[in-house]
Amino acid sequence: MFLSSLGNPLTLTVIVLVIAFAGYVTARSRALARAGGDARLLHSLPNYYGMTAAMLSAVPALGVMVIWLLAQPMLIQNAILPLLPADMVSSSGNASLVLSDVKRVADGLGTAIEQGVLDAQSIAALRDDPAGLRGTLAGVGVALGSAVEPYVLAAAQTSRALDARWDALRAVMVIVLALGGLALAVRAADPAFRARNVVERGVMALLITAASLAILTTVGIVLSMVFETANFFSLHSWRDFFFGGSWAPNFRGNSELSFLPLLWGTLYISVIALLVAVPIGLFAAIYLSEYAGPKLRAVAKPLLEILAGIPTIVYGLFALLTVGPFLVDLFGAGGLLSAEGLRDGDPLMAGATAVLTAGLVMGIMLIPFVSSLSDDIINAVPQSLRDGSYGLGATPSETIRNVVLPAALPGIVGAILLAASRAIGETMIVVLGAGAIARFSGNPFEAMTTITTRIVSQLTGDNDFASPETLVAFALGLTLFIITLGLNVFALYIVRKYREQYE
Amino acid sequence: MTDTAHISLLKQDARTVKRNRAEARFKAYGLIAIGLGVVMLVILLTTIISRGTGAFQQTFLTLEVTLDEARLDKTGNRDPAEIRKVSTFGYKPLLNDAFETLVATTALQSDMAPKDMSALLSKGAEAQMRDAVLADPSLIGQTVEFNFLASGRVDGYLKDRVSRESIANDKNISVEQLDLVDQLVDAGVIEKRLNASFITGADSSDARPEAAGFGVSMVGSLTMMLVVLALALPIGVAASIYLEEFAPKNWITDIIEVNISNLAAVPSIVFGILGLAVFINYMHLPNSAPLVGGLVLTLMTLPTIIISTRASLKSVPPSIRDAALGVGASKMQSVFHHVLPLAAPGILTGTIIGLAQALGETAPLLLIGMVGFIASNGPETINEALLSPNSAMPAQIYEWAKRSDPAFYERAWGGIIILLVFLISMNFLAVMLRRRFERRW
Repeated sequence: MFLSSLGNPLTLTVIVLVIAFAGYVTARSRALARAGGDARLLHSLPNYYGMTAAMLSAVPALGVMVIWLLAQPMLIQNAILPLLPADMVSSSGNASLVLSDVKRVADGLGTAIEQGVLDAQSIAALRDDPAGLRGTLAGVGVALGSAVEPYVLAAAQTSRALDARWDALRAVMVIVLALGGLALAVRAADPAFRARNVVERGVMALLITAASLAILTTVGIVLSMVFETANFFSLHSWRDFFFGGSWAPNFRGNSELSFLPLLWGTLYISVIALLVAVPIGLFAAIYLSEYAGPKLRAVAKPLLEILAGIPTIVYGLFALLTVGPFLVDLFGAGGLLSAEGLRDGDPLMAGATAVLTAGLVMGIMLIPFVSSLSDDIINAVPQSLRDGSYGLGATPSETIRNVVLPAALPGIVGAILLAASRAIGETMIVVLGAGAIARFSGNPFEAMTTITTRIVSQLTGDNDFASPETLVAFALGLTLFIITLGLNVFALYIVRKYREQYE
Repeated sequence: MTDTAHISLLKQDARTVKRNRAEARFKAYGLIAIGLGVVMLVILLTTIISRGTGAFQQTFLTLEVTLDEARLDKTGNRDPAEIRKVSTFGYKPLLNDAFETLVATTALQSDMAPKDMSALLSKGAEAQMRDAVLADPSLIGQTVEFNFLASGRVDGYLKDRVSRESIANDKNISVEQLDLVDQLVDAGVIEKRLNASFITGADSSDARPEAAGFGVSMVGSLTMMLVVLALALPIGVAASIYLEEFAPKNWITDIIEVNISNLAAVPSIVFGILGLAVFINYMHLPNSAPLVGGLVLTLMTLPTIIISTRASLKSVPPSIRDAALGVGASKMQSVFHHVLPLAAPGILTGTIIGLAQALGETAPLLLIGMVGFIASNGPETINEALLSPNSAMPAQIYEWAKRSDPAFYERAWGGIIILLVFLISMNFLAVMLRRRFERRW
């Protein structure tokens, strides 16, 4: 019973930290004692002896605990799979359903025992009458969809038993490791022991681990998508994905899943967004960096940057509930610009979700992005170029158009590419504002859909990770990742190249 | 050179005039651009405020209900088990009776059936009475005054969202009912009051927009932010220290650096896919759990924190390091005892801004299931807060925006106001920290 209470990782962490602290105090005082109380005789400051002990007991123990915690669910799953009927676990979708049933029953048994409704004997008796279990579990607040099958109960009990055994084993293992580390460090706490060097080497290892986490994340992103994409292409033809002409997922099979119509929608919306954001952002940046006095700059720049700090869900709601209806008032039936007369009473815009809605709002979102990047770039153009132009008699605007902008052009192109990559990867605005119809159309008043929207719609709700309709989301994600990564790398390359030019 | 005699310094020639006009035009374009940006901001903020403030007020209907013993406790022995057997359906007649009494005692002009009158109340009214009775069985037999939530349509009518014209095809409310509402407002039975349960409460199902609250999703967001803070700050600072102070210049550190700057620009939804594939499908962490959301947001915020931490480490002048090394400190000691404390305000500012970004992020949360109607009354323990399904502020806003009843839109805007209040205070805190502690070398 005591050991199982140690199964909780939080409790275990606290225990390890307490051991580490005890190690710190013992090792420090022991080193001092061996030096006869004279800290000058020690190789390192007394604290370092303590820290050696703390590090040796805490780091390996906690590391083992984390790895164990990550591995245990997988190992238990592998252990209980053979207990289930073979026909139930042959397809991966079915298997995950059964496994989640097992997990729910196991959790329910745990809750029931905690609340004292069941005890070990009555659980053993349940083996003969699993049907009654559903009622018992409902009594403690665990609702089950159907009566508990005998094999589910057996698997749940095995999984509980394994869980309990491995939790206990883990607790013992971790505590032994912690105590072992402590003993090692306390034994070594001797005036001649180079404690500082050991501690610094350990800290360095931790720092390097933290830094390589960035690589690990990238590897994780790529691997997680590559494997599922490979699964997708084994179920669905790659020709249809890359060269097909339509997007029509159908959960009964025979889906047409081509990313081309989605790419078209994505690019169309991004272009409209850039048509809004680039002129406004660029002119704002030019005015702020070349004309504006310090007072206007101090007010206008932060105001524009507030736009960048607003979460995209807010823009999405703004598109759906404000901009969309406004555009419908303008271009829809009975609107001022609906052009119904020209189109036989057919208004330009039918619904609030449209390419134009999403594009306009995304443009607003990108204004501060373009303006602050261009501002930096324009400011980096050396003053001597401007002075030379003024000296020849050019007006400020002539200087900007003929000298400053050409000099800043590569950087500005880089900024626009970064903005484009933002627009392509943007999700919430298009999910709420662009609609859900995949088509090739040049009409900005129609609803269209994008790559990000489809990823969200294919992956929310109940997923069956064995069907191409779900897996296609990973292929789309990989496509999105590659496009945005390419744009970013190219843009950063241009910006860096340009910066070097004037340094 | 005879032409020069005609040129006057006081009178501009045609070309100069043209050039000056072009100059003025160009300047005007710049001003217009800034103006447009600011106007957009103003429109956005006024929309949010004008549409969202309504959510903080709610329409209540005060009603005296006689808790009839014959209906609620037939045996009369106040046995909680017996009382529990009466479902919310059994409380419905009490409401009808209460309305009948109301019409009889006040000068209300209405020939509607009491059943239609009780339709003015939220569908949760019966449950509210039942909960009160179960909490205190001695109420049975008495006449008790209840403050019921009015239904979403009545609330909308008082907030000008619903009008007599707009309900032509609405099955949930009729013109006669609105006439009655007008009378009840005059009689002081129906009134709008501050709606605290919007700030503290839980989400409600589709049929009861009037009862939907934002509080539980705030707890979800808070839990995620704690996870992000606990993981991203130490890992980010450690990674930055290594890259800025110790890393040798070689191809490995180059790769790490390129990696970090690219990760900062990866679309957030890709992190959602990562979270779904790794944390949920591979590690079998629970769906919709704030722990998973926190882990995903940690990975997303790490690059931001690393970039800002490196900038503040870089701004500490080398003379500090040299002085420390000069008096015999090791490299590690110079960094941890001198450089890091001096860079701390900058690191903190960057962390707060990274957290604010993470707080407003929605897309990855959709993929790990922190969206949809999640029935929960708020977690009670840390474990439950981390592992039991919950929503988050932006995901809750998205959920409301998707529902068909416009009453939820008001909730969504109200949620945005709360979210923005959090973001503004975090950014304000960051600016204050920077002003207060920033050192210019």
